[in-house]
Amino acid sequence: MPINITLVVVLGVLYGAGFYLLMQRSLMRVLLGIVLVGHGANLFLQAAGGPAGSPAKAGTAIGAVSDPLPQAMALTAIVITFAVTVLLLALAYRASVLLDDDEVQDDVEDRRIREAPESEDEPASVISLREEQR
Amino acid sequence: MTGMLVALPALMPLLAAGVSLLVSRIQHAQRLVSIGVLSVVVADAAVLLGVADARGAVVLRLGGYPPPAGITLVADRLSALMLLVSAVVTLVVLLYALGQRVSDYGRAATTSFHPVYLVLSAGVMLAYLTGDLFTLFVAFELMLTASYVLITRGVTADRVRAAMTYVITGLTSTLLLITLIALVYAATGTVNLADLGEKLAGVDPTTRGALSLLFLTVIGIKAAVVPLHFWLPDSYPTAPAPVTAVFAGLLTKVGVYALIRVQTAVFAHQQAWQVLLVAALVTMVIGALGAVAQDDVNRMLSFLLVSHIGYMLFGLGLFSTAGLTGAILYALHHITVQAGLFLVLGLVARHTGATSLRRMPGGVARQRPGLAVLFAVGAINLAGLPPLSGFLAKVTLLRGGAASGTEMGVVLAGAAVAVSFVTLYALARVWVIAFWGSGKEGSADAERSGQLSPVMTAACAVLVGAGVAMAALAGPLSAVADRAAHSVLDVTSYRSAVLGGDR
Repeated sequence: MPINITLVVVLGVLYGAGFYLLMQRSLMRVLLGIVLVGHGANLFLQAAGGPAGSPAKAGTAIGAVSDPLPQAMALTAIVITFAVTVLLLALAYRASVLLDDDEVQDDVEDRRIREAPESEDEPASVISLREEQR
Repeated sequence: MTGMLVALPALMPLLAAGVSLLVSRIQHAQRLVSIGVLSVVVADAAVLLGVADARGAVVLRLGGYPPPAGITLVADRLSALMLLVSAVVTLVVLLYALGQRVSDYGRAATTSFHPVYLVLSAGVMLAYLTGDLFTLFVAFELMLTASYVLITRGVTADRVRAAMTYVITGLTSTLLLITLIALVYAATGTVNLADLGEKLAGVDPTTRGALSLLFLTVIGIKAAVVPLHFWLPDSYPTAPAPVTAVFAGLLTKVGVYALIRVQTAVFAHQQAWQVLLVAALVTMVIGALGAVAQDDVNRMLSFLLVSHIGYMLFGLGLFSTAGLTGAILYALHHITVQAGLFLVLGLVARHTGATSLRRMPGGVARQRPGLAVLFAVGAINLAGLPPLSGFLAKVTLLRGGAASGTEMGVVLAGAAVAVSFVTLYALARVWVIAFWGSGKEGSADAERSGQLSPVMTAACAVLVGAGVAMAALAGPLSAVADRAAHSVLDVTSYRSAVLGGDR
């Protein structure tokens, strides 16, 4: 199969930029990262179907039109990523209302256990972390 | 006619979810729909198991398209077994949740729970039955999207924080799964599992290995394989007890099922797979050590859940009939016992008003002897002490490890025994702190929680009792699991059942 260099470059940029954004703290950037990787994945499904074929109209030979299966799969995947992105947006809004910012937080309990293996009281750093979150 | 039986477990909950939304004003109707539909799914799964065991895989070609092109649903012994146990657990957890809602809110409860729960069940059932990679992705999405909604219902700041991690991790694995499907399609031009197995055999082994590894990573996130488990103990414990129970019992096991199905039918490993065995070892040990360090009982159970995923990977990683039989038995055992323990600890938390061991007043054993018995039986079962189902599953696994004759198999068998003791230690800690003692400090809380709902206690009893029943039926059960393992590894009969013709 001949390789489409433009598609490869576009896919690389989408995945690279998307995963970079996924690593960020701000939920908004994470969301943008997911949108980018989602576009990348859907484009990848398209690319997996091979090069574009002739338009599908009466009289076209079956082998000449492009493979419809990856297109159907990409459509399904687009709908799903769209729906879940909206859910994540709603969640980001909730988070900004409840937590006053949209930072993705650390696991507080994990930090508490790590820092206070024996003592009964919470260490000051964790108390301040809890208060920060309120 | 039997073909329709395969469609029902996925189709009915989905349709019922719509009906449930329509009748959301009438509480009774909603309950009736959910309970009725899930009961029918249980019956259907039982019939499917009987048919698949007697006559081989039941295949349904949706829309009548010939196999590689259309969507096929397949129920062989393994899917039917998982389906039956999962359907029973979803039904029992639903009853528990209803009991909890009635005693918490009376009649004026919110109504979004039922439809979402039904969608989640539909996703779980579809994942067991699907015969192609893309429908597997759709099933995972049904299940995960419903779980995103369930985990964020009744939002508090703490729950939103945990849900963020959960949703983002879930989404990342979803996007990687789409990528995997694209790669697989580019390499072979098909997504049908049976067809893929044949076509991938002609693909360069390096590419095949890379795809297999990517699939392990994708499912590793969903099944909480160390080091991809970090999200699980963070997010599960924040949800209400029934939601946590159904997540812990089913979601990770669906991942394990997908791993078993795809790694055998598609990638067809011929001998023990070292990468998976190492992952199994690390998962077992790190999960168990994490559990010992925890203070919150639900987090402790979540770490044990991670640890015990390792046992199933161990059985699968051997790629032998004995190992796979162990993995299947372990999955069936673990679905019931893990969900049961989460429910029991949910009742303990309601009774004492605490989930943190440090704040646990103790004395539950004296105040609620019934609850103590349920926890003790469940804990003994999870740790794998004889004579319950955990022991049966572990013995089968250990025999598989020993029979493999490889060093790694023996090392893992040893680690499995050691981890069982650590599990026992972690659970015994809960027993000593929460169940023994005088319990004077917590009496005020105990007054507040009042009587425990009999429905909830009965639901716990059913799940814990399932472990006892599995041990009582050990003979027939391991025979079925053995046959299931044989048919999973017998790839040619799977292919000819799905694709038709002799292969």
